[in-house]
Amino acid sequence: MAGPKYPGFDTLALHAGQSPDPATGARAVPIYQTTSYVFRDTEHAASLFNMERAGHVYSRISNPTVAVLEERMAALEGGVGAIATASGQAALHLALATLMDAGSHIVASGSLYGGSHNLLAYTLKRFGIATTFVSPRDLDAWKRAIRPETRLLFGETLGNPGLDVLDIPAVAEIAHAVKLPLLVDATFTTPYLMKPFALGADLLYHSATKFLGGHGVAIGGVLVDSGRFDWDASGKFATLTEAYAGFHNMDFAEESATRAFLLRARREGLRDFGACMAPMTAFQILQGVETLHLRMPRHVESTRTIVKFLAAHRAVQRVIYPELPEHPDHDLCKKLLPKGAGAVFSFEIKGGRPAGKAFIESLRVFSHLANVGDAKSLVIHPATTTHYRMSDEDLKKAGITAGTVRLSIGLEDPQDLIDDLDRSLKLSQK
Amino acid sequence: MKLDVGGKEVFAYAANHELDPAKRTVLFIHGAGLDHSWFGLQSRYFGYHGWNVLAVDLPGHGRSAGPPLDAIGAMADWLVKVLDAAKVERACLVGHSMGTLVALDCAGRHPARVERVALIATANPMRVGEAFLDAAKRNAYDAFDMHTIWGHAAQQPLGRDQTPGMWSYGDAQARLERLAPGVLYNDLKACNDYADGLESAAKVRCPALLILGERDLMTPLKGAKALKEKLHDVKSVVLGPSGHSLMAEAPDATLDALVEFFGSAP
Repeated sequence: MAGPKYPGFDTLALHAGQSPDPATGARAVPIYQTTSYVFRDTEHAASLFNMERAGHVYSRISNPTVAVLEERMAALEGGVGAIATASGQAALHLALATLMDAGSHIVASGSLYGGSHNLLAYTLKRFGIATTFVSPRDLDAWKRAIRPETRLLFGETLGNPGLDVLDIPAVAEIAHAVKLPLLVDATFTTPYLMKPFALGADLLYHSATKFLGGHGVAIGGVLVDSGRFDWDASGKFATLTEAYAGFHNMDFAEESATRAFLLRARREGLRDFGACMAPMTAFQILQGVETLHLRMPRHVESTRTIVKFLAAHRAVQRVIYPELPEHPDHDLCKKLLPKGAGAVFSFEIKGGRPAGKAFIESLRVFSHLANVGDAKSLVIHPATTTHYRMSDEDLKKAGITAGTVRLSIGLEDPQDLIDDLDRSLKLSQK
Repeated sequence: MKLDVGGKEVFAYAANHELDPAKRTVLFIHGAGLDHSWFGLQSRYFGYHGWNVLAVDLPGHGRSAGPPLDAIGAMADWLVKVLDAAKVERACLVGHSMGTLVALDCAGRHPARVERVALIATANPMRVGEAFLDAAKRNAYDAFDMHTIWGHAAQQPLGRDQTPGMWSYGDAQARLERLAPGVLYNDLKACNDYADGLESAAKVRCPALLILGERDLMTPLKGAKALKEKLHDVKSVVLGPSGHSLMAEAPDATLDALVEFFGSAP
């Protein structure tokens, strides 16, 4: 007898988390543009505040439109639930604030988005949280960097901008051997290209601003919990396994072993730090998620075409894309990213900084801006923008040179993109 | 709270309250492969509304030491030992799925210890399909899929979870993945083998409530008909369009039915 089947990815992307609006029958997700929700009576109010009944109290904590996005992302990732945040950085901060205390330590990939690197290297240090950065490919370095006070291992599914493929199964094994969780930033891969939880990650987040939205009109983030990490058995997370005076002495892991992290993150993190997602933003991100399964294959297909073109171009020193045989993670990419290595990649232009400047300023279709994962093709010079605060040594570790150019391939006619690149590359060499 | 039952550690969620002899007690009994937190909202409500709450993890589940008990009757007898360990003379029992059989058996054979009994998503007999049993016996992941998918109304994965931000399918699977090998099979077999449901129902002297899901695939509505006929003092509530996981699919309606049935705390 054939077993029951889950809905497929495409169906979940369109439907998960939403049923037609019970009040109006609206098929599209309604935008519940409200700060708060009327209680039936004082008893109902008290029960909602004390987590005795399910429902909404105040939109900083939860909102019906935002909840649809959260549930949909949990379904697409195979998690137990999710929390949508004001940005991808807010999602990272929420994860860290939920797990860390002053004195905690993080082991992180050295190939991180510049904003994440800033948070870990400089800002969190002020609050007593230290980070050791390691080469994501050096598994021994991950092991060596773990200390008694380490609480988290953290990396990006595809590093920024060197496209290091994080060996999630291996790094997760290292983390789990010492009863620590692995958090990954899955922004570049989206659940369409990779399912980090199936590979061993415990927590993940997205900058929903990127491919999930795809349209470049809304800033947002989503933090998803697999529900698989055993906080009790770890014994290292008092925030989840001991009575919390800030919420009726709740022991979150006692309330639910699978929901403990999200309970604390919502009840403390959203309540106190307040970096919630607005309902209009959730609606806009949802419009993108509904076509993720259609857009991502096109993004990848066009990227492959352009990578091939650039790799053969005489003005290009090298192209950094994990699907190329010369990329150090080529084999790992084939194993972990069989549907494609995404649509963001880097290349080094011959002629260094001046050539890079001339190239970027000659482009007509590509937009020069600080974003990736848009339906429109984008370009940026990391050394002077996204990664400008990093030292030369850290830049080198992250695989960035003065001539590194990062592209995010959109959904335009790929031939128009090639023509734009070809013309600008030629101009850059004059 | 932790209790010692026969030299083994038992966990019972008490909603952050000490047991008070002056209060009435509600004892929650979870279904196959699950744990106390499946009653999270409902048990917390009672704990903060003047009741003693004991939402137990059956042996080998959640935080309670194993091994699991292999028969419904043994689980029912174990419940009485839990009440003894907690120094509770009588309790209102709330069972879900397999837990309904445990509650029914306990109420039938230990009437002095049971004040009222609420059965959420129940059927008699509680037959488990051969494919499901076989998958569970092999510890195959298919068994978790069957448990999760048949454990919710068909529209649930495309619907909206009542708890903001949660995906109940994923949550159910994460819980099942924590089980030691063989525990789910043990539970399903115990349900399948239990043949004393109608006899127990006939012996129940306390008031009973059936809370049933209109779209329950695991224990369909018609499966409760014979039980209803045997119970002397019974009411039933059908919640639509919910499935088997009523505490998650219809948390408020389930809670409201329990509150009305049990009445106010002393």
